Amino acid sequence: MTNKIDINVKHITRVEGHGNIVLNANNGTIEKLQWQVPESPRFFEAMVRGQRYEDIQIIVSRICGICSVTHSLAATKAIENAMNIDVSEQTDIIRVLLHYAEQLESHVLHIGYLAAPDFFGVKSVVPLTTTNTETVKTIVKAHRAANEWMGLIGGRPTHPITIKPGGFTKIPTEKQFKELQTKLQQTIQDLKVIADVIATVADKIPAFERDTEYVALKQTTPPTYTFYHGDIATTDMTEAIPVDQWHNVTNEYVVEQSTAKWTKWHRDSYAVGALARYNINAELLSDTAKEVAKMFSLEKGCCNPYMNTIAQLVECVHVAETAVEMIDGLLTKGLKEEAVTATPKAGKGAGAVEAPRGILFHEYEFDNNGICTGADICIPTNQNHANIQKDFEELVPQIISEGQDSIRLKLEMLVRAYDPCISCSTHMLDVKFVE
Amino acid sequence: MNKPRVAIFDFSCCEGCQLQIVNLEEELLNLIGAVEMVEWREAMSEQSDEYDVAIIEGSITRAEDEERLKKIRRRAKVLIALGACATIGGINKIKNNFDLNEVTEYVYGDNAANKIVQTIPTKAVDEVVKVDYKVHGCPIHREEFISILCSILIGKKPEIPEYPVCVECKAKGNPCLWDYGQVCLGPIIRAGCGARCPTAGFRCFGCRGYIDDPNINAAKDVIERYGLSIEMLKSKMTLFGTGQEPNND
Repeated sequence: MTNKIDINVKHITRVEGHGNIVLNANNGTIEKLQWQVPESPRFFEAMVRGQRYEDIQIIVSRICGICSVTHSLAATKAIENAMNIDVSEQTDIIRVLLHYAEQLESHVLHIGYLAAPDFFGVKSVVPLTTTNTETVKTIVKAHRAANEWMGLIGGRPTHPITIKPGGFTKIPTEKQFKELQTKLQQTIQDLKVIADVIATVADKIPAFERDTEYVALKQTTPPTYTFYHGDIATTDMTEAIPVDQWHNVTNEYVVEQSTAKWTKWHRDSYAVGALARYNINAELLSDTAKEVAKMFSLEKGCCNPYMNTIAQLVECVHVAETAVEMIDGLLTKGLKEEAVTATPKAGKGAGAVEAPRGILFHEYEFDNNGICTGADICIPTNQNHANIQKDFEELVPQIISEGQDSIRLKLEMLVRAYDPCISCSTHMLDVKFVE
Repeated sequence: MNKPRVAIFDFSCCEGCQLQIVNLEEELLNLIGAVEMVEWREAMSEQSDEYDVAIIEGSITRAEDEERLKKIRRRAKVLIALGACATIGGINKIKNNFDLNEVTEYVYGDNAANKIVQTIPTKAVDEVVKVDYKVHGCPIHREEFISILCSILIGKKPEIPEYPVCVECKAKGNPCLWDYGQVCLGPIIRAGCGARCPTAGFRCFGCRGYIDDPNINAAKDVIERYGLSIEMLKSKMTLFGTGQEPNND
């Protein structure tokens, strides 16, 4: 009797963008196993050429709806580096607060709406609205709080309209920051409730480990669990390297069986995202975030890619709790109205920030009038594609006897755990495809 | 009465407009109760070939996408274009200002000849199929989306503003950004967004597209009075204005 497995998931659901999973196996022998990305290319790096420096973040924010703040900030940092534009300490803190809001929004969306249905054995969050009404309401409440936070600083939740090279067009008032602080106290409580619920289904997280290189930003002065500052660090090396050397990290390469460009640093692939940040910076998390990590036995050095979703949950608590302290600091010093001054000049600069799904690089070159003459962007999901493929190759032989439905679910859950954001299509798009 | 079957489809875009539907938060739960969501890849695993209302996000950038869109149109009683990529081609249309072979080579280098990265000039949805209703903006304004969808579901014509962003901006009592040297496109862009960008101190960059019959000449007079140039105004319009001409008959 032959035992054929034929999995062809065309456009995996509950992820941002389009990806396919293909597995053909016969009597336990894998004939084909691929993670494919057929997203339509959008050519952002070509489109920004000829645009003024102050318009760049408007355009590249549209690379991704769910990481629009992150793309705006990466671009703005790159522009400021290219033109030696300094920003005030106040601007810096408020940007980090805005960036935290996006981490929370994106993570809650991923944990609650995209990943959780798998833990509960349903196809979407819709059936959970009747079976787990209170939990869904708490998730929605946390999601709304994150969006209101992002909207307060960014001008609206998606595609921020207050970020400019040099500073903000407008910042919230002290009263608004105080109100935000009160809301965040409630959000921390809501996140604890969500963590308690996820803990009851944590046995649905597959126990799979593969020794992996993790890459994330690391900030030493002062030591911070960073999303915005710092150098590029890896679990394979003690020294971090400066952001302007990011090409030495991504090392695009083409794999033999396809025209796909993947990234690698010290090994054939590396991973970025919440688990990478955790594995590099865990000791710097807030107290409550550490408690949540303990609930799930998440420890530094964890190599289970499915645990990325739990690392996101830990980060949710961290950003909410840390934001409360940062607002205290802002209010103690008192908010100042600051003029945004930026003078365009020729130059080239890179900027790196942590998107919710991993490290993101932007680089631009400008002429004397501040007109963009060249651009290069490398998004986190493209840095994860090779690692997803390597995980597939190690996982499938371990579960090959489990039957088609179980294998399919575990592969889909693995892709979802990386929280891919595939519509961020740029030049490093994985172009592997099957006729 | 059966609940209307609603499906959401995404083409080339950032998926930020779908995100605004998720961002309806508690109201999304009401929406899910009022309609039958039959396909929404970003949020659900179910798929369907039968629907009353098809919501299309994104613009058309590949030949095969045109075929997929036509197939959806044939099955849908009502088709809604969601967001600037769908209504006017959006940011994706900036590409059309360049030679497409050069664009592909710039971004993909040695892999530019690969079939999967081939592209056609970006099209808005109504350049391929008939569109019944448009929800403007980049991203869409979620309150406006709900209001348009509810109107459609009860058989009423949705109210879509035919006046410029300046009207909403003045009503909010904002200072004019032109007084601060910003080239704001408010006078010629369709309102309905609540003038969110100028309210946040950021010029309008035209994501909702031109209003019908904009007073372009008045805008020219004013911009000259402010010592700014028409060239700069035009350069601001290329963010969301590629391939569009104001209907000034």
